[in-house]
Amino acid sequence: MSHKLSWRKLAAAGVLVPALVLTACSSSGGREPETGGEGGGEVAGTDRITIALITHAAPGDTFWDIVRKGAEEASQKDNVELQYLSDPEGGRQAQLIEQAVQQGVDGIAVTLAKPDAVASALEQAQAAGIPVVSLNAGEDRSAELGAFTHFGSNERLAGEAVGQRLAADGYTHPVCVIQEQGHVGLENRCAGVQAQVPGTEILYVTGTDMTQVESTVTAKLQTTEAADVVIGLGAPYTLTILNAVGTSGSDAKVASFDLNAELAERIVNGEVIFTVDQQPWMQGYGAVDALWQHTRGGFQIGEGSRS
Amino acid sequence: MANAITVAAPVADERVAAKSPLAKLLGRPEIGALVGAIALFVFFSAVAPIFLQPGSIATVLYGASTIGIMAVGVSLLMIGGEFDLSTGVAVISSALMASLFSWYFSVNVWVGVALALVMSLSIGFINGWILIKTKLPSFIVTLATFLMLTGLNLGLTRAIGGSVSTPSISTMDGFESAKAVFASSVNIGGVDVRITVFIWIALVAVASWTLLRTRVGNWIFASGGDAYAARAVGVPVVKTKIGLFMGVGFCAWLLGMHNLFAFSTVQSGEGIGNEFLYIIAAVIGGCLLTGGYGSAIGGAIGAFIFGMANKGIVYAEWNPDWFKFFLGLMLLLATIVNLVVKRRAEQS
Repeated sequence: MSHKLSWRKLAAAGVLVPALVLTACSSSGGREPETGGEGGGEVAGTDRITIALITHAAPGDTFWDIVRKGAEEASQKDNVELQYLSDPEGGRQAQLIEQAVQQGVDGIAVTLAKPDAVASALEQAQAAGIPVVSLNAGEDRSAELGAFTHFGSNERLAGEAVGQRLAADGYTHPVCVIQEQGHVGLENRCAGVQAQVPGTEILYVTGTDMTQVESTVTAKLQTTEAADVVIGLGAPYTLTILNAVGTSGSDAKVASFDLNAELAERIVNGEVIFTVDQQPWMQGYGAVDALWQHTRGGFQIGEGSRS
Repeated sequence: MANAITVAAPVADERVAAKSPLAKLLGRPEIGALVGAIALFVFFSAVAPIFLQPGSIATVLYGASTIGIMAVGVSLLMIGGEFDLSTGVAVISSALMASLFSWYFSVNVWVGVALALVMSLSIGFINGWILIKTKLPSFIVTLATFLMLTGLNLGLTRAIGGSVSTPSISTMDGFESAKAVFASSVNIGGVDVRITVFIWIALVAVASWTLLRTRVGNWIFASGGDAYAARAVGVPVVKTKIGLFMGVGFCAWLLGMHNLFAFSTVQSGEGIGNEFLYIIAAVIGGCLLTGGYGSAIGGAIGAFIFGMANKGIVYAEWNPDWFKFFLGLMLLLATIVNLVVKRRAEQS
């Protein structure tokens, strides 16, 4: 094998690939051509303010992507400079809050998945007179930690709602698939289902590897013939679970939490029986908008402890 | 133990003396893993009879193959004296590249597949090239690549697709044929076996043949054993090492394409942490972290052990809270068994 030959091949590939691109347009799917500029209505005439949205999201999580989009849209409307920051580890989330306080932002929207870890950082925000709202997790600790309102749903209640629906439809043996072991919100969802349907089993899978999600769910269905419904806790996982149910030949149905476009399609087709959506877009939008309203005129809503 | 010595003439050199077949067998790198795999198989068959059903075995093999495909490349790289921490996210980078490129330019998905191959090989080349040029340990170089790829996966996916997961490409041209190649099932005696299982077996066969029967195989062992000595006797160490990193890139491309065409979308945050599973599979399979010793079959057995443990716990309906503990324990036991078996074999 001569050295020069491989370089020549490489060069040939460099020429060929773009040529292939030109001749190989896909007739369906793909990106829609862009239509006009940014939509968006009028921007508020208030002074530009900075709001930090600090969550416990893991990077790349689809749920939080929707929260962020909601927050971005509200920022655009309200003339807000949005700083989106996140860290799944409680201690580091607290450090992000402290940094935002030091930067002197005009408002902080924060998730309280680990309320005790972020408590002292939120005290600093309070001392600096920065208004705080909480979103998503931690509604029971929200007021105590100085947030003037909370946007989010209660995971346990959502789980119970799913459980009630399943029980009413006659399901007795759900398998609740948790994609991140030890995640409080996810555990609460399944605990809620379990409270309503005692036969519920919990299955842990490695959410960072879809092939392992599929094969583990397949294994579970092969061994648990009594399973009559499988619950996914996030839209992408539910879609993978749907594959696994097909592979295993089980006649279990599939239910879900959260939503994306493809899952919505599957629900319409009847492949997935239902989903519980906690309106992540609205959570992000509401949190930013409430902070803007507060800064603009002291408006606030909810169980605020101060004024 | 001492029967070889009874006939030895005083002038005989013990290094060229014939070994008994048993000692030869015990001297194989993968023997510890093989014993462990058999023990685990018997164990799970006993506690969960469903484990033995053809459908279950196909599931276990699928779970093992998605680790095993990467373990082939990683094993060879470890024998060559280096290791790679960027493998887990490199799989996802490859899938993202194919998906986003095809989607953004609305081209046949095979174009994306080809570009993803070029990119995966390039990542391997860059890893190897930086390693050779800077003489930094591969731990540092590939840790840096791991972090950079993690950031690129997320940043570029959001910048191009507008979301942290890629848009579905399942209706695009070429998707069906690509799915048939990378993510289909083959029906064997009424059981659907995933194509990744066959890709895995083929890779192991090619890698074993290369290691044991070709000059390149000798180069790999020599580069990992002692790079300076190898260079002194004319082994192209630089080319070998860069080639090994590119081999890992090739495996990452194969698995990345499977991920893409099995699920039609890819989440940009996936893959993190899997690099350790590939390394664990190679180490359980008898590859030394210091290089120069190991086998491709060993890595495959390591992946199979992982698949059995991972799925066996589900079949046995145990509390999965403990899975990681068992995995760690098995890693420790497997490496200790390897060590003991190897010492015994060397003494006899």
